Amino acid sequence: MSNLVDVENLWVRFPTRTGLFDAVRGVSFSLGKERLGIVGESGSGKSMTGRALLRLIRKPGIVEADRMQILGHDVMSLPEKEMRKLRGRDISMVMQDPKYSLNPVMRVGEQIVETLSIHEKVDKKLARQKALEMLEAVVIRDPERVYDAYPHELSGGMGQRVMIAMMLIANPKILIADEPTSALDVSVQIQVLEIMDKLVRERGMGLIFISHDLRLVSNFCDRILIMYGGRIVEICESGKLDQATHPYTRGLLNSMPQLDHKNERLEVLNRDPAWRDQESVSGLL
Amino acid sequence: MKNLDGQRKWLSIPPIVRKPISTLSTIVVTMVGLLFITFIIGRVMPVDPVLAIVGERASQEQYDATYIALGLDRPLLVQFFYYLVDVFHGNLGVSIRTGLPVFEDIKRFFPATMELATIGTIIGIIVGIPLGVLAAVKRGTWIDQIARFIALIGYSIPVFWIGLVGLLIFYGILGWVGGPGRLDIFYEDLVPQVTGMILIDSLLAGDLDVFSNAFSHIVLPASILGYYSLAYISRMTRSFMLEQLNSEYITAARVKGLSEARVIWKHAFRNIGVQLITVVALSYAGLLEGSVLTEIIFSWPGIGSYITTSLLSADMAAVLGGTVVVGLVFVCLNVLSDILYRLLDPRAKQ
Amino acid sequence: MSLVKETEKQSLRAWLLAEVPTSRNHARMAAWYQNWLALKRNTLAMAGLGILVAVVFIAVFAPLLAPHDPFSQDLANRLQPLGFEGHPLGTDSLGRDILSRLLYGSRITLYIVTLVAIIAPIMGLIVGTISGYAGGWVDVVLMRITDIFLAFPKLVLALAFVAALGAGIENAVLAISLTAWPPYARIARAETLTIRKSDFIQAVKLQGAGPIRIITKHIWPLCISSLVIRVTLDMAGVILTAAGLGFLGLGAQPPSPEWGAMISEGRKFILDHWWVATMPGLAIFMVSLAFNLLGDGLRDVLDPKENGR
Repeated sequence: MSNLVDVENLWVRFPTRTGLFDAVRGVSFSLGKERLGIVGESGSGKSMTGRALLRLIRKPGIVEADRMQILGHDVMSLPEKEMRKLRGRDISMVMQDPKYSLNPVMRVGEQIVETLSIHEKVDKKLARQKALEMLEAVVIRDPERVYDAYPHELSGGMGQRVMIAMMLIANPKILIADEPTSALDVSVQIQVLEIMDKLVRERGMGLIFISHDLRLVSNFCDRILIMYGGRIVEICESGKLDQATHPYTRGLLNSMPQLDHKNERLEVLNRDPAWRDQESVSGLL
Repeated sequence: MKNLDGQRKWLSIPPIVRKPISTLSTIVVTMVGLLFITFIIGRVMPVDPVLAIVGERASQEQYDATYIALGLDRPLLVQFFYYLVDVFHGNLGVSIRTGLPVFEDIKRFFPATMELATIGTIIGIIVGIPLGVLAAVKRGTWIDQIARFIALIGYSIPVFWIGLVGLLIFYGILGWVGGPGRLDIFYEDLVPQVTGMILIDSLLAGDLDVFSNAFSHIVLPASILGYYSLAYISRMTRSFMLEQLNSEYITAARVKGLSEARVIWKHAFRNIGVQLITVVALSYAGLLEGSVLTEIIFSWPGIGSYITTSLLSADMAAVLGGTVVVGLVFVCLNVLSDILYRLLDPRAKQ
Repeated sequence: MSLVKETEKQSLRAWLLAEVPTSRNHARMAAWYQNWLALKRNTLAMAGLGILVAVVFIAVFAPLLAPHDPFSQDLANRLQPLGFEGHPLGTDSLGRDILSRLLYGSRITLYIVTLVAIIAPIMGLIVGTISGYAGGWVDVVLMRITDIFLAFPKLVLALAFVAALGAGIENAVLAISLTAWPPYARIARAETLTIRKSDFIQAVKLQGAGPIRIITKHIWPLCISSLVIRVTLDMAGVILTAAGLGFLGLGAQPPSPEWGAMISEGRKFILDHWWVATMPGLAIFMVSLAFNLLGDGLRDVLDPKENGR
């Protein structure tokens, strides 16, 4: 029961004109008190896995799993009301692009306070106080100004820090970060990630970091699931990436330039259709 | 090159000054254009304006004198200029039918139309917006289908026909509502005219009998116009809501643990509010237009009846005057919704 | 015999569904067929299409279908109710058979709709493509004019036009067309702006094609599909406006059996003889509903942006 998350044999399906499309195909993994990376290309099912965990796959989509537990709650059978209590307070998610994931017509402060006020009884003054503290925690220098700003008045990096503040203010125990920096300028990516990482460590949270960037993930995670075609093809400790054996993982590693090795030519990632049919590797602890 | 230079100069003016100027010039151009069209229509009209005044039996001298007095010997553009000047002085000519200045006539008839269109729009908003939101939230269910069906019928039914059928059923057969006209004959002229809208005037005078009689008369035509309004508003609301409900910030709101009601009304709906203002303005304008035929069915003494009865008696000054006024109201509604949009949407302030 | 036909049908289907087209015509036919298959799945759109086909059939064969002469009066049998002696829908105030008048009236409706559906989009297409292709001040002036026309309430402007031109079907068509073209101009301009920048237009230019050739041979064909959707969706409104003009006595003149004018005639008797005004209204409703259903379906098939998935 010490695991934060347990997922066994998760399937996510979408009906299309030509039949059911399987976005996630029988994935199993756990999240301990750790930072877990999920890496894969677009369409590999990594984002769907994150959203299925929050039970936010929208309607025509079908989610099936033998077991899916968050902090001991059975996500598959939990009534919607209980599930809502879980979201935001126990498990939360930072999304890709603050330009779209913050409500454009609500002031930043109001959006942050909202997360807190639906989970806890706080008076307005205290809520404002906490939101300002949270903004400070994500290294925003003039929290008062940002509190009253609209999202379009913020830069991308600022917006994403606001997003982190909004998702962490109710002290969740698990954070899913779904491509949290791929919409940002390269110059602020690491900065934002370090802020997020620091908060996650300080608060002893579990992190699921979803990204297409294997190297980036390996810097911020303990364990990495490599997904391809809706399945987990390999699991690596982040320190032992060079021991990875699966050709897809190797391909991901070798298609990036490295300073300490001299490569005449970068590898092109070859995909083998046979990978899709292999059994999914279990990431359970 | 020269052109580019001019553009640069224009762009160097700060936006606070530039925006209102460009909006204002657009309005002016649109209004002048509008007047030009009515002016041209007036010139094409086969009815001879001179004959209409002097009569068939006038002598050639009389005819010529009036011809010159009307300025018809001057070039077209000069005539148009004088027409513009006249309109801006509120001079729309004299109606042959009523013998009064068209402007006075319109002042008398317009409130009746406004009363009708306003109540229609209120019905459209009260029913149409929740219906559209519901249809979007419950997309693909039977509620959505019913909303679609209601709108489809609204888009397909002739307003004058549904007016007749409504009169037949609710007045003729059931007797639930008052018949054509704004009031029963013995209630007329009981309350002093202040706004020209009887519902308001009777309340101001504290005469509830007149109010309830006026209400029994307006409820059917206003409901019919309201039906058209709600068909349009609900469709637009639905498509705006669908767009918002698919966006990422809605998912983010759900991640925070908000209830569906809060996600829908506090987040998604707040985002379409500004778009809805434009829709409501358009729908109001549409009702002014729809009232033309409705007013005839219900013998409603509004601008629509005024234009059509003038038309049938070839009273061109009245027809064009009415057209100009309705056109100007249209333009004003557009401008108003534009201004509201700029004031209310935080994104538009930059 | 039938077997041969069956296989022929099969191969035609296969040809139409081929994944790799063999010629430009083949590609076009295949695309049309795909769209048709998608439209066929939409029951409501097919119902609309069915009604319209039926109306065309009725209009063409009205003389054969109508039980009576739509103009012959029988004052002894005026205002007879539904089902009266060979008059399934009763008779009007002059004893004319309402059913026959309705059947013949479909000709007038189709006549107006067809003319407007040709005139207005062509006007809009010309204005819009010139505006979009020429750019500069031509664009500014043409779009300003378009906006001015859009600023008018359609019915009121049509009324003013008819007042100036005189009552009658042709003038009603002209007035409706004059009020209906601006949206098409907007659409055509938007399409032109996107097409104008594309590489293939540059290639055609390099081959020495002039602006007229580019507009008529390359831009117009690409504007058609979005215009067709819009026209279909607008036709219901055109029918309602035409009927409204007829109702006001500004469209088709008596004794012609125009549906709007028939409602106007029946209006006087609405409380005692409801069917005289009700039946033509139902006819108008059916036809404009059919156009709306078909238009919705077409939009879903041809314009996937709009249906929001």
